[in-house]
Formats: sequence, C-alpha cells, structure tokens
Amino acid sequence: MSAFTSKFADELIANAAYIGTPGKGILAADESTGTIGKRLASINVENVETNRRNLRELLFTAPGALPCLSGVILFEETLYQKSSDGKLFVDILKEGGVLPGIKVDKGTVELAGTNGETTTQGLDGLGDRCKKYYEAGARFAKWRAVLKIGENEPSEHSIHENAYGLARYAVICQENGLVPIVEPEILVDGSHDIHKCAAVTERVLAACYKALSDHHVLLEGTLLKPNMVTPGSDSPKVTPEVIAEHTVRALQRTVPAAVPAIVFLSGGQSEEEATRNLNAMNQLKTKKPWSLSFSFGRALQQSTLKTWAGKEENVKAAQEALYVRCKANSEATLGTYKGDAKLGDGAAESLHVKDYKY
Amino acid sequence: MSAFVGKYADELIKTAKYIATPGKGILAADESTGTIGKRFSSINVENIESNRQALRELLFTSPGAFPCLSGVILFEETLYQKASDGKPFVDLLQENGVIPGIKVDKGVVDLAGTNGETTTQGLDSLGARCQEYYKAGARFAKWRAVLKIGATEPSELSIQENAKGLARYAIICQENGLVPIVEPEVLTDGSHDIKKCAAVTETVLAAVYKALNDHHVLLEGTLLKPNMVTPGSDSPKVAPEVIAEYTVTALRRTVPPAVPGIVFLSGGQSEEEATLNLNAMNKLDVLKPWTLTFSFGRALQQSTLKAWAGKTENVANAQATFLARCKANSEATLGKYTGDASGDSAASESLFVKGYKY
Repeated sequence: MSAFTSKFADELIANAAYIGTPGKGILAADESTGTIGKRLASINVENVETNRRNLRELLFTAPGALPCLSGVILFEETLYQKSSDGKLFVDILKEGGVLPGIKVDKGTVELAGTNGETTTQGLDGLGDRCKKYYEAGARFAKWRAVLKIGENEPSEHSIHENAYGLARYAVICQENGLVPIVEPEILVDGSHDIHKCAAVTERVLAACYKALSDHHVLLEGTLLKPNMVTPGSDSPKVTPEVIAEHTVRALQRTVPAAVPAIVFLSGGQSEEEATRNLNAMNQLKTKKPWSLSFSFGRALQQSTLKTWAGKEENVKAAQEALYVRCKANSEATLGTYKGDAKLGDGAAESLHVKDYKY
Repeated sequence: MSAFVGKYADELIKTAKYIATPGKGILAADESTGTIGKRFSSINVENIESNRQALRELLFTSPGAFPCLSGVILFEETLYQKASDGKPFVDLLQENGVIPGIKVDKGVVDLAGTNGETTTQGLDSLGARCQEYYKAGARFAKWRAVLKIGATEPSELSIQENAKGLARYAIICQENGLVPIVEPEVLTDGSHDIKKCAAVTETVLAAVYKALNDHHVLLEGTLLKPNMVTPGSDSPKVAPEVIAEYTVTALRRTVPPAVPGIVFLSGGQSEEEATLNLNAMNKLDVLKPWTLTFSFGRALQQSTLKAWAGKTENVANAQATFLARCKANSEATLGKYTGDASGDSAASESLFVKGYKY
C-alpha cells in the first residue's frame, strides 16, 4: 500500500464509515471562544464559560437530536466540560451513539506576497495534542483550510500550501487514532458564476488528493468536508438541482471511491438552503460511491440560538428547533426531505457574512 | 469546469462509455511492424504486409467474436488496410459495433541519468495526426507509458515525466475527437512482493490523475489501462482473489468515479491467468464506480497465433480458438467465468518476457 499502516487502521476505517452512516451527519459545535462570542453577542448573551457550557448542553441533550448525528465536532474547552448534572459531554455523546470530534487547527495566517490568501497553522506538537484528545475520548479531528476565488485566486501557491498542510495534519491524526476530516473550504464570496466555482473546486480537490497520496494517508480512514459548488455570493442564485449537479460532478472527478463519506460545510447558506441542496444531491441519479452528508455549524444552530436567546425558559423550544433541523438534514442524506420542516426563526435567513473571519 | 469541454465532449463521453459496456472489452491488435515480426518469427511466418493483413483479417472476421468486443486498437498500417473482399477493416469493425482505435505513441526512449527508466515520445504533430486518424474512422487512441520497480525505481522524475506525457497526449486527443486510453504500465519484472506493486501503482496513478487534472482533461471521456497489481515476476504467485483485492483497492484509492471504465493490460500473464484475475475482480463484493474489463494483446491472441501458424487451412480452427478467449474474457467482465474455456495448453502458457521491449 502506498498508505502508511497505523496500529489504528481498523479503528480509523470503522469510525470513518460510521460517521458516513446514511441518515446521520455531523453537528459542528467547535466554535472557538472568539467565534462563539460573536454568536452569543448576536443574541445578547455574555461570552462566559457557563454560557458556552449551557449552549452546548442545550444542543447535546436535545430530545431526538442525537439519533440524527454520527459525530459532533468540539472545541478544546468543550471536550473537557460536563453537563449540569456532572456528566462529561463526551460521555453523553458516546452513550448517544455519537462520536466526539475535536477541532485541532489554530486558525489562519496570511501568505506573504499574495492578495489576502491564507494558510492554516497548528502542526507544532500536533501529534502529542492528538494523543491527549484521543485519551479524552475524541475519535476524529477537523482542520479548516481556506481558499478564495478572485482575479488571480486561488494562486497555485495557496492551493499547494493548503493541500500539503491538510495532508500533514491528516497523517499525524491517523498516527494517533483520530479520523481526519479534510476541509478545503473555498469561500463563496465573489461575483463569479457556478462554473468558476466548479473549476476551482475541482482543481483544489485534485491537489488535496495528490497531497494525501504523497503523505501516505489511508483514504478509507478519512472524511472530506468540502464546500458545495454554488454561484458566488454576489451572483444570482440557482436551484438546488443545479447546485447538486455541479457539486456531485466535481466530486466524481476528484474524490476516490475509497473515501467513505463527504460531509458538506454550509458556508453562508441558510439552514433551509443547505438542507435542500444536500437533499437534491442525494436524489441525483448518478455514480456516488461515497455517502453525502452534512457537517453543519451555523446551518444547524441558527434558529436554535435565536430561540434560546440565553434564557432558561426557552431551552425546550430551542431544543425543538434543533431537532427540526437535525431531522430535516437526516432526511436530506436519504434524499427524502419534503421541504416541510417547521421553519424556525431565521431558518431561511442567509448566514453569509462578507469576508467572514472564522 | 476545470475540464476543457471542446466540440467533441458529448461524443467522447458516449464513446468512452460504450467501450466500457459490461460484457465487452478491447482487443489490442496494435503491434508495431517490429513487434509483430517477433510474434511471426515464433510461428515461422514471414513478416510481410500480406501476412500482417492476413492475421488481422483472421481476427476481425472470427464468427461470434464481435459481440465480445467494444473496441480494437490498431497500428497505423492496419487502419488503412482492407479485408480480402476489399472492405476496409475500419468499416468491417464499425458495422459490427466495434470501435476502431489507434496507437499513437512512438515508443520509449531512455531518461538520461536514471537506471534504465524511460519516457514515451510521440507528441510532435500529434494533433494533426489525430485529425487524420479521426477522418480514417478511429475514435479512440492509446499511448503506453512504462515504469519499472527497482531499488530506487520508479524515480520521481520518471513518474512525473510519464504522467505529464500521458496528460498532454490525452488532451490533444480530446481536442481532436479521440478518447484517450491512459496507459501507465508498471512492469512486473522483479522480485518484489504484491504490496510493493500496490504501493507503486497507487503512487503512479495518483500522479497520473493529478496531471490529467492540471491539463484539463475531461475524465468522463477517457479510459484507464493499468497493470493489475501482482507480485513481481521472480516472486511466488498468488491467487486471483488476492490479485483482485489489491488491484481494486489500489484503483479505489486513486481513480475518480468520473472515469467510466478501466481496461486492464495483461502484461506477461498467460491467457488463462489474465481471464481468471479479471473474473475475480468482477466478483469482488466491493463498490466499483467504473467497469472493469480487458484490453488484451498477447492474452487474447497467443493460442490463436499458434493455431494459425500462418496457414490458410488453419484459419477456421484459429478463429474458434480466438472466439473461446473472447468469450472467456467477456464472461470475466461479468464475474461469470467458470474457467472452462477450451483447455488449450497454450492458454496456460506464461507470456512473460524479461525486460520485454514492446
């Protein structure tokens, strides 16, 4: 095999396959302290540890939600937090059949000499950190690389840097028992059309899989978290069927069948848009040797956050809102979503923030 | 799209898909004048044009063989030859649902500074040549790149050169209406085990698909002609099921689902070995998003050549032998071969020639 054989190989393969179980997907609840602060600020909630803990408890104990999920990505702080009755969040998740995951990157920094392009940091001591996360119960990891579309972007330099950073991160994770989610996000910002997005996405993904091969990554023990292929944020919208066609074609041209599942990011899409697009992909009659699911942050939590507004008395309603989105996305992974989810407050609201700093 | 979509796009996609029809495969009858000379001397036949024409007529008029074939690769001389009743070979094939293909490479040359590694030539005026071949009735092409396994081989240089050569050839073909068969043959010569062959095959194929992406090749309008993954020629043999497992795993890790079909070369395998291995692959219960079929030269013609021995009175018998191999391989593409093709001793004869110069 050109893939390196780790002592964790069987476990990595089993966990990656489990995360791709049809009907399930990932809740991305790994907002860093800074990022969650922005969310909390939008609902007038103070960014203190108890509030961050309360929000995550609300999410992880929402009735009916866990069966729709195969994984939850956590920020480091959350990995060690407990519910109000003293139970570790990771145990709550595990008992609910949900694998805990951990965000391991340390954000982006600019690439000198480019027009605002970035690379992602976090490789220093990554192996040791992964070992600790594994001990704490994590079984998969996530690292977000970011690229943008512009006149001269993404540059070959940016593509190469980000692809090889992802590959290095991926093999270090596998050496330490964590399934790496490979996330090369191409931002939606811009006035380009869907064909441009498709071309860039194909080019970026091809570079990623070459890098993963060079670094001897075991593809059967990885997941891909790509952007959907859409028009730029300043361009006219298109239907879910068009997004589905361009997205799946891009993946057919670049993602080997050995990858068990593709878990889309939602970018700036509204909750309902993201669900409809995922549903359309799963309805498409074409070759799809990987399962197509979700790894949504904002697109799962937006209406829940608004409904909660930080108030104890709103928890039940907020949890219902979360369940509605989880169920809708679960159905979307099967192509059976009928578009009839009770739209929560803000479910149709675009979550796009221009030049969004994660 | 990052793929170049020229005026022939739809036709290329249709042709590639047709060649990959389950139950059918390719007869590689494109031996150059020099190479066919070696075959002829092994059966004491003079290497003159009428004999070369007679052999190909024997093959192309074998009763019952056509339904087993979707394509035949021809050498340039044969593209312009006729059957003894005056009908051009190209017309004979087309009328019977078999697509004519054309070998377009001009053989290998050594790469200076390497240990006997090679690159393939043939790019000069390739576009113009393809146009001529298209006019003559060809609809697909073939270009053979060769790599070897050794202590320090294949080198990065050899992999890059051969991958890029294949990609440049492929896009030129597509610009001119020919489906390119991409053939990166990793020779069996050596004492390495099957794992080494698997690792090298995966590394080579990853480089090939990166190069194809860089050159904007439309994958849906291509075919792949790889080696099967086997132990080296000086190593102990393994069962077809083992070959099937390693081969399909390597392909799942590298060949994007957009590629419609994979048409294996037989290398030095005997007729029967090649069929049994192909059959085992198609029986393997694992997701394969491309069809797996054959593009055999020696492994379809060996016993036929011996049965013919250049004599007109042997033609019917030789044709029956040829039909038996065609049927066996057709069944193998469906995983239905039961190993009872005419028990000709020649069928089990290894066709391996050390350091084989094509």
